[in-house]
Amino acid sequence: MTNIHSTAADMASALAAKEISSIELTKQHLDRIASVDGKINAFLHIDNAGALEQAEAIDKKRASGEKLSPLAGVPIAVKDILAQKGIPTTAGSKILEGWRPPYDSTVVAKLKAAGVVILGKTNMDEFAMGSSTENSAYGTTQNPWDLTRTPGGSSGGSAAAVAAFEAPLAIGTDTGGSIRQPAALTGIVGVKPTYGAVSRYGVVAYSSSLDQVGPFARTVLDTALLHEAIAGHDERDSTSINAPVPQVVTAAKRLDVKGMKIGVIKELSGSGFQAGVSARIAESIELLVAAGAEIVEVSCPNFEYALAAYYLIAPSEASSNLARFDSMRYGLRVGDDGSRGAEEVMSATREAGFGKEVKRRIILGTYALSSGYYDAYYGSAQKVRTLVKQDFDNAFAKADVLISPVTPTTAFKIGEKSDDPVAMYLSDIATIPVNMAGIGGMSLPVGLADEDGLPVGLQIMAPVMQDDRFYRVGGTLEAALLSKWGQPILSKAPDLAVQK
Amino acid sequence: MTLDYKAATEKYEPTLGLEVHVELNTNSKMFCSCATEFGASPNTQTCPVCLGLPGALPVVNGKAIESTILIGLALNCSIAPYSRFARKNYFYPDMPKNFQTSQYDEPICVDGYLDVEIETDEGPKVFRVDIERVHMEEDTGKSLHVGGSTGRIHGAEYSLLDYNRAGIPLVEIVTRIIPGTGKYAPQVARAYVTQLRDILRSLGVSDVKMEQGSLRCDANVSLAPIGSGLLGTRSETKNVNSLRSVERALTGEIERQANRLEAGERIIQETRHFLEESGLTRPGRSKEQAEDYRYFPEPDLVPVTPDAKWIEELRAKLPENPADRRKRLQKEWNVPDSEMNSLINAELVDVVEETIKLGAEPTRARTWWLGEISRLANEKEVAPTSLISTAFVAEIIALITSGDLTDKLARQVVEGVVNGEGSPKDVIEKRGLKVVSDDSALMVAIEAAIAAQPDTAERIRGGNIPAAGALIGAVMKATGGQADASKVRELLLKHLGQG
Repeated sequence: MTNIHSTAADMASALAAKEISSIELTKQHLDRIASVDGKINAFLHIDNAGALEQAEAIDKKRASGEKLSPLAGVPIAVKDILAQKGIPTTAGSKILEGWRPPYDSTVVAKLKAAGVVILGKTNMDEFAMGSSTENSAYGTTQNPWDLTRTPGGSSGGSAAAVAAFEAPLAIGTDTGGSIRQPAALTGIVGVKPTYGAVSRYGVVAYSSSLDQVGPFARTVLDTALLHEAIAGHDERDSTSINAPVPQVVTAAKRLDVKGMKIGVIKELSGSGFQAGVSARIAESIELLVAAGAEIVEVSCPNFEYALAAYYLIAPSEASSNLARFDSMRYGLRVGDDGSRGAEEVMSATREAGFGKEVKRRIILGTYALSSGYYDAYYGSAQKVRTLVKQDFDNAFAKADVLISPVTPTTAFKIGEKSDDPVAMYLSDIATIPVNMAGIGGMSLPVGLADEDGLPVGLQIMAPVMQDDRFYRVGGTLEAALLSKWGQPILSKAPDLAVQK
Repeated sequence: MTLDYKAATEKYEPTLGLEVHVELNTNSKMFCSCATEFGASPNTQTCPVCLGLPGALPVVNGKAIESTILIGLALNCSIAPYSRFARKNYFYPDMPKNFQTSQYDEPICVDGYLDVEIETDEGPKVFRVDIERVHMEEDTGKSLHVGGSTGRIHGAEYSLLDYNRAGIPLVEIVTRIIPGTGKYAPQVARAYVTQLRDILRSLGVSDVKMEQGSLRCDANVSLAPIGSGLLGTRSETKNVNSLRSVERALTGEIERQANRLEAGERIIQETRHFLEESGLTRPGRSKEQAEDYRYFPEPDLVPVTPDAKWIEELRAKLPENPADRRKRLQKEWNVPDSEMNSLINAELVDVVEETIKLGAEPTRARTWWLGEISRLANEKEVAPTSLISTAFVAEIIALITSGDLTDKLARQVVEGVVNGEGSPKDVIEKRGLKVVSDDSALMVAIEAAIAAQPDTAERIRGGNIPAAGALIGAVMKATGGQADASKVRELLLKHLGQG
């Protein structure tokens, strides 16, 4: 029986076999959202009418025998940073309150074209700046595993929606770990594709050279199906790669890693990582060896500078990207009472419309780009970026994929790090180098930490446009873990009905 | 005590620097596919990209890159194999993204020059203007500040914004400092902008209309005591909307600076606005606290890497430099400067050349275009080239040269063509404008004229040749102007024993 707990692949098969209609499936999810989202707060906007309309259209097309895309009729949740025509798009910020884009982002257009049913827009840290969803202007999102904990961020709403069975699929964006970290903290699969593999057109920009759109799902195969649906060259994004999309679905189904060399990054293990996290990673390595992979240790000495460099590059680009929010053409306008000039209204609007963390990063970035400081800050950070790329190049000369934990710890408490930016920033220490190098990475749930019973994520990284490699490794490891556990990891999550 | 221009330049040496902005005439904008038509209703040529909506991304217009490379090549620049766009960050309501996508330390064209010739007291002299860079950027929107006294944003009641211009491709051409022009600085500047405009026009990359803003010149000038070897503080004059204004603005600004220096005041580094009516400049935005634009490479665009083969193809396509071409044509046509200048000012060089290529006799080609056709065009307030094709003009001139038309008849043919009576042939046929060259027909008229004025005929027989004019006139009148006057003269004199 197909229900909200099914995989997206099974939902798609059931829809294709007409065992269930998209309307029914969509209603099941809308009902689930209605019953649990009060506790999770994964959604900022639920598009009941739009979703049902879209589902009905797909059902009709199917009834008429039209050839449909693999995921046609399957519901999805979309991070509120992607423009969707006529649907509120806030990027988690007050400054965009009420803005309804007049156009679809390329990813949303692709989803619509593929008949994927968009349920609504999900919560996030404001402008994707954060690792806990606590920086949302619209309240934090709760982790379905423990409502007192964060689901991670910035794509926390998307991750929580999938983990709470509000949607089988979700779209996130990842600038420094914003897909992989929440996936790890909520026990689902999340992928940051190679930079340029998925169009950024219509994605409210945080840091243009690092931002990348990617899929969330509960299985590796589902993630791959969504990956193929959204990837591909887009003429409207100059940084989009004009090359065939790697065969990630085939790779996810391969279930074989014999002869593959898997590099363990020395600098991303040991001290600094929670014991339960390290234990689950060690187990995963054993399972991969048992499946025929060869383990090699690799060193990436420049990773230690990556975090600092990231916090110069991303805020620098953000300070410029966010300049357009000036109240002149759309979004919030404050102080326009006829007594103030344009400059004052801009200033008052930005003061009122941006949250604390966003202001922090705008100031940081403005400073780093200032004349006289540019070379020391932005310039040096770009050099670190080159060194991080070189580290990856050297490591990939020895290994087909690299692995590490996704995060140093399991999900932390809401409020635990919100007053300590640096502690918060450190939760992305293992994910940031991937963005800096423009390569792709997957977060795969590999069990629960013994000390707190919360999910642990393994990060699998592959060279540019070799994203199929981590799907191959991820799919194989997922199968091995499933046969060990007997049931999916999310079945161990406490029932939301009894959680307070 | 005030210094006039002459006194000012006897004491101080001006140093120039010119920045010219050119709007390219591409069909679409720099980073999106919006139309670029001039004068469209406000905000009708906009899209998410040029409005800077959240999430929108730029894509470079390939035609704009091609045009910029052509400009660079025509200005003797090197074309960078790798150049990048950069963001120039500042807040202004007519800038949708609050940054301008421009080029900064990695422009597409560098290190060129343009030789400009001006008339000096010692005769023509060539100044070499070094070009530092030619780079691409996008234009901003247009603000209209309503209310208030200054027309500026401060003090305005409200402002209207038109984003049609936002994202129009602009090319900025920046000279190095131009030293050593002395009192000729304003003329050198004017000659440079004029020549630049002609080059851009010959390349076909811009409308180059200063009055519409598709060509804008910012004139920088500083003064230092002659012989001091120093470089003074500069001012930058904007709003210079004609070639004449370039010269006037600099003359005025040099005078103003000289008088400030004379009075012991210092020059403020600032932007000044040229006032067309008075020829003076008024201070604009002060640049004392140099604005920090926080330039950094535009992460939404990939570097521009034109391949060498393409650049060479473009170089091969370059038209002849307009200044060289003029010199060549002037020599070929053997015309004095004054006539050449008339042709240039009337924008008739191209049509004259074409008419000659079509076989017309050069002197007649020039005379007809500058004379009768221009006169008719003036009457009708249109461009001469819109009245008649070069092919028709060449045809008419050929008929004059062969003696089939007199100048007088040809004028009627031109008039007929202009009035839409068809081709020259049609007009000649319909109006019956054929030169009477049949000797016997002419002789009848000649004999009639002699019979009417026997005294005059007698004087001619007696050797008074100039008296023939009266009889020729009578014959011409009798034939309705269709006779060839020289033929009449020949026959008449022969008949009276003077041939």
